[in-house]
Amino acid sequence: MTAATGADEAPTPPTSWTVRTRTRISRIVPQGQALPDRQPAYMSSWIYVFGVLTIAALLVVIATGVLLAIGGVAWWHVSPAGHFVNSLHLWSVELFFAFMVIHLWGKFWMAAWRGNRALTWMTGVLAFLGSIGTAFTGYLSQSNFDSQWISTQAKDGLNAVGVGAYFNVLNPGQMLVWHVTLLPLLIGLIVAIHLVLVRRHGIVPPLEAEAADANLADEGGAR
Amino acid sequence: MTTTTAAPPAARRRPRTPDSHGFPTRPYDLVKEFVVAIIVVALLTVGLAAAFSSPDEKAITMSDWAAAAPNDVVATAAGELAGTTTSASYGPPYNTAAEGQKLGPLPLAKWAGVRIPVNSAQDLVVTPLSHVTGNATLTAALATWKAATPDQQTAWASAYSDALSKAPNGDPTQVATGDYGPVPTMSQAFLTVASSGGLEGMLASSTFYGIDQTRPLLLLSDGSYLEDQARARHLGGDQWGMMNETGNYPGQPWMWLYTFWYQIPPFSTSSNADALVWGLMMLLTLLLVLVPFIPGLRSIPRWIPVHRIIWRDWYRDHPRRRT
Repeated sequence: MTAATGADEAPTPPTSWTVRTRTRISRIVPQGQALPDRQPAYMSSWIYVFGVLTIAALLVVIATGVLLAIGGVAWWHVSPAGHFVNSLHLWSVELFFAFMVIHLWGKFWMAAWRGNRALTWMTGVLAFLGSIGTAFTGYLSQSNFDSQWISTQAKDGLNAVGVGAYFNVLNPGQMLVWHVTLLPLLIGLIVAIHLVLVRRHGIVPPLEAEAADANLADEGGAR
Repeated sequence: MTTTTAAPPAARRRPRTPDSHGFPTRPYDLVKEFVVAIIVVALLTVGLAAAFSSPDEKAITMSDWAAAAPNDVVATAAGELAGTTTSASYGPPYNTAAEGQKLGPLPLAKWAGVRIPVNSAQDLVVTPLSHVTGNATLTAALATWKAATPDQQTAWASAYSDALSKAPNGDPTQVATGDYGPVPTMSQAFLTVASSGGLEGMLASSTFYGIDQTRPLLLLSDGSYLEDQARARHLGGDQWGMMNETGNYPGQPWMWLYTFWYQIPPFSTSSNADALVWGLMMLLTLLLVLVPFIPGLRSIPRWIPVHRIIWRDWYRDHPRRRT
C-alpha cells in the first residue's frame, strides 16, 4: 500500500525499498494477530500462563539487573539496599527459569512445533540456552567466594573444548560485559523473534485436530 | 533391484496440522494477562528476596589464605617453582606443558592454542617476589635462582616440594635437611608477601586496572585451601558442586544435567571427563534444538498423552478424536 498523493505529486513507485520493507513487515504477522483480543477456544489450560510469566520474570530480571548496574560491581557487597536488590535479581532469575522450564515442557507435550512452528520451538530452546549462559556469567560476576569457586571449576570444561581460550571465566571483567550487554542483547533478540513467530502462527491446535475442526481450509504446514 | 509394495502415501500420512486462525475463538485479554503476570512475579520476587535474601560469602584473599593455611601457601609456591601444580602442568590455553584434553580424536584445546600465556613459576611466584624491596636474603635467593639452569631450578624445587609433603602437617620448619637451593627462602618470602595483602595486585595485572583475575585464581586453585573450603560447603565437583552455591540457596538447578555426568562413570573416572561431558552436552543440546525434525523423538508427545490433560476441554467437546 502506498500513501495517498496529491494531484501534483509524483506517486511512490512500487519498487521503493521503503514500500517493499513496509509491505514485508506488515505480512510477518496476519492482520489483527499482533495483539489479538480473541484466542482459539482450545487455548484453555493453566499451562499457557507460563509463557507470559516467563516474559514477565525476564522483565523483572532486567529491571533488577539495571538497578544493580547503576550501583556498580561492588555496591551490593557494602550496602543493605544493594544486597536487597541483588536478592531481587537472584530470585527473579530463579522464577524466570522455573517458569521457562515449565513452559518448555508444556510445549514439548503439546508437540508445539507442528504446523510450521519448528522455528518457534528452536528459538525457544536457544533462548533457554542463552539464559543459562547469562545466569552463569552472572554467578562469575559476583566477585565473592561463589565466583571464585565456580570460575575455577568451570574453566576446565571450557578449556577442554577450546572455548576457554576466548571466553575466559577467570576474567570477571570479560564475564561482566558478557553478562550485562552481549548475552542480554542476544536473548532480547531471540525472545523478540520467538514472540513474533508465536503471533505469526498462532497457538498450536490440539493433537488430532483436523482441518474440519477449523473454518479455514488447511493451507499446509509440518505434520 | 527389488520391488516393494508400499501403502498409498495418503493412507500413511497424518493429517496436516490445521491453521490455528481458523478455529472457533473466545475473548482473551492478553494485555490484562501480561499486567497481572508482571504484578504477580514482582510480588513473588519481593517476597522471596525479603524472606530468603541472597548469599554473599566474602572472596578468599591471599592474606586470608596465608593466615588460615600458611603451609599450603608455602607448598603451593614450591610446587609452582617445581612445575608440578595444576596450572604449571595444565597445557592450553595457559602453556604447552600438556596437550590438553581431546574430544575423541579432536584436540580442540590444542587447536585453540596458548592464548592466555601463564608461566606458573615465573608469573605466579618469581615476578611477585621481584617486587619485594628491602629483603637482602630474598634478593640473594632470587639472584641464585635466576643464575641457575632450568634443570637445577627444577631439582631444588622438586626436592623441597617432596620434603614438604613428608614433613608433619607440611610444616616448613620441620622439613628434613636437603639441597633445596634458594627455594625455601623464596617460598617463605612468598608467604610473607601473601600475608601482607599485596599479592593480588602483583598478580592481577601489569596495568593500573587489575581487572583480569586469571593469575590470582590459578594460584589460589593450585593450593588445596580453596577446594577444602568448597568441599566443606558441599561444592566439590563430585558433590554436584558447580550448579550449587554457598548456603541453602537453589543455585543453578538448570545445570543439573551437565553436573550429573560428572557424578557417574565413565566421566567420573576419566582424565578426559571435561571434553567428554562437553561433547555429550553439545550432542544433547543439538537434539533438543532439532526435536521437531527427529523421527521418534518428535512422536513422544503422541505416545505419552499428557496433551489429553492440557486440552481436556477440547477433547471433551470432540470425543470422536479419542482413541
